[in-house]
Amino acid sequence: MSKKNTHILVVDDEEIVRESLSGWLEKDGYTLASAPDGPSALKELEAGTWSIILCDLKMPGMDGLEVLDRARKLHPEIAVVIMTAFATVDTAVNAMKLGAFDYLVKPFDPEELSLMIQKIVSQQSLVRENTILRKALRRDYRFRDLVSKSPAMQAVFDLARTAARSPSTILVLGESGTGKELMARAIHAESPRHERPFVEVSCAALTETLLESELFGYEKGAFTGAAARREGKFEAANEGTLFLDEIGDISPKLQMDLLRVLEERKVTRVGGTELVPVDVRIIAATNRDLKKAVQEERFRQDLYYRLNVITITLPPLRDRREDIPILVDHFLETLGVEMKRDAEGVSAEAMALLLAHDWPGNVRELRNVLERGIVVAKEPILQVSDLGLSLSSGPHAPAPAHPASLAEIEKQYIASVLQQTDGNVTHAARILDIDRVTLYSKIRKYGLRKVEGEAAGES
Amino acid sequence: MKEIAIWWIGASGVAVDLLEVVQRRVAGEFGLPVGAHLSAERPEGSLDPRRRQHSSTKILHWLAEHRPAGADRVLAITDADLFIPILTFVFGEAHLKGRAAVVSTARLAGDGLMLPDPARFRARVVTECVHELGHTFGLLHCQSTRCAMARSPGLREVDAKNETLCPACRERYLELATENGENDEQEKHPHSGRR
Ligand SMILES: Nc1ncnc2c1ncn2[C@@H]1O[C@H](COP(=O)(O)OP(=O)(O)O)[C@@H](O)[C@H]1O
Ligand SMILES: [Zn+2]
Ligand SMILES: [Zn+2]
Repeated sequence: MSKKNTHILVVDDEEIVRESLSGWLEKDGYTLASAPDGPSALKELEAGTWSIILCDLKMPGMDGLEVLDRARKLHPEIAVVIMTAFATVDTAVNAMKLGAFDYLVKPFDPEELSLMIQKIVSQQSLVRENTILRKALRRDYRFRDLVSKSPAMQAVFDLARTAARSPSTILVLGESGTGKELMARAIHAESPRHERPFVEVSCAALTETLLESELFGYEKGAFTGAAARREGKFEAANEGTLFLDEIGDISPKLQMDLLRVLEERKVTRVGGTELVPVDVRIIAATNRDLKKAVQEERFRQDLYYRLNVITITLPPLRDRREDIPILVDHFLETLGVEMKRDAEGVSAEAMALLLAHDWPGNVRELRNVLERGIVVAKEPILQVSDLGLSLSSGPHAPAPAHPASLAEIEKQYIASVLQQTDGNVTHAARILDIDRVTLYSKIRKYGLRKVEGEAAGES
Repeated sequence: MKEIAIWWIGASGVAVDLLEVVQRRVAGEFGLPVGAHLSAERPEGSLDPRRRQHSSTKILHWLAEHRPAGADRVLAITDADLFIPILTFVFGEAHLKGRAAVVSTARLAGDGLMLPDPARFRARVVTECVHELGHTFGLLHCQSTRCAMARSPGLREVDAKNETLCPACRERYLELATENGENDEQEKHPHSGRR
């Protein structure tokens, strides 16, 4: 997009600010307009197409945050930058929550301003028609944040929708990275408890004693360091949902404690005697084979039956490859927004590679591959070389001929940043967050020539 | 006749040899007569006491009103540190397609620790004067880092520039000058080219 077609709206109640800021940016070749207050800014927004809004925070009548909020609702693709003379953490946080692109404290460095605008312009991904189309198509393939169009997962979604409405305990099974946590959150969101807390405990991450006090809380003086009473996750999740992740990993003693809580719906804090009633819906998950653990007497059978009222099994990604294209679309879009990069799609060859891969790490692995791809990609369409996957995979595949080394990734990333900055090393160093000397030595090391207008690199 | 007036509006005594260099180089660059305007009058109301800097935007307004008779454009040079409300400082400012430009020498002398050699200092002042005047003729920032019209957010960028317009900007200048000549009567108000 040309600079002239980048329309910037300056909103400030002070005329001198509007004039000088517009004047400054106009000389960079952008098209500028200004508005003295919120209502007239909104009128301008309705009348024209805007790429960027620079909006003062404190204005009489409608303040900057409200303009931001309304602007984002009208045109989510517009980048809004909030400017203020006073930095307060609260307003900064609020501004970012409401979707501000950035937050600037006046006065700022001339260089900072120009770089920020450049960054917005180069990163702004316009909402393209096909994204809208894709969204419309996808609505039918969703269960909350989970997307899928495979029949197996559609059946899982149906079961989950029904299960969500019941108060029963749910056991979610599936390999790591298949979306168990996402499923637990989705069930909570669909359940009558959705306005109450969703509390998550990863049982594998803690030692037995820590997990015990984490789950049940403790009384003052229960052990050295217990300076005051602390409530546990069961109490914290009261009237809501408690998600016990990696339940297959808990110790025999905790298995027993847990069983008691599930039976009595009361907890006793560590070091205490009082029975505290709790009203909690339990969702447990594991990537282990619980049935086998029961047979081998590593997991209590009675607890297993308590948990296993409704079982939702998420199939591994390699058994539902038809989900890969829709997941790719989904991740490119969400990651693109998160990383402020334009990620439109993958090339046909890259898609073929993704479809053929075995995905031992399941959806999480796919997400990671795409995230890395977006980082190294030079263009909005990801290529095979961006993915860092070997060309053939699976158990019988030969060792990959060219595994992407860290150095290779770094080289490609630097080359792409240099291209983005038209070979300007100072700006590239800033984006990369390294000093210029380091960048120069890396350019030399990787044989990236710094050419005006285009960054080189023979990859 | 289109003439550019150069006006020292600094607090200290006028640096005659500096003004002479600027006068000569600017005249050569734009192919227009340049006269020194020796007036003791100084802009009012531009000082921001809290920031202890002068508002370049306010100076431009004042200059546009106090433009010396017979001069088409006025280029003011000052030793005061300039700012626009949103930025910590500016080396100068100009009305795009307007009549007034101002350049400050305050930060071109260096970061206060080390004075540059006089030749480098003069080169910086000339470069920024060409730059701001370029804006009054309608030139925008140039992508070439060597061109006087390149954006100059810091001294490093100023030092990377030549004191002259690059061939592309030169061509654009000539184009704009012809257009301007035709529209001369409509260009009386410095803001007519702005939104
Ligand atoms: N069907 C899906 N649709 C969208 N994202 C998914 C889906 N399944 C998994 N993910 C994503 O994959 C990653 C791993 O999911 P997670 O629920 O943490 O898996 P697990 O419970 O097996 O550890 C997360 O980033 C999650 O958002
Ligand atoms: Zn400029
Ligand atoms: Zn140029």
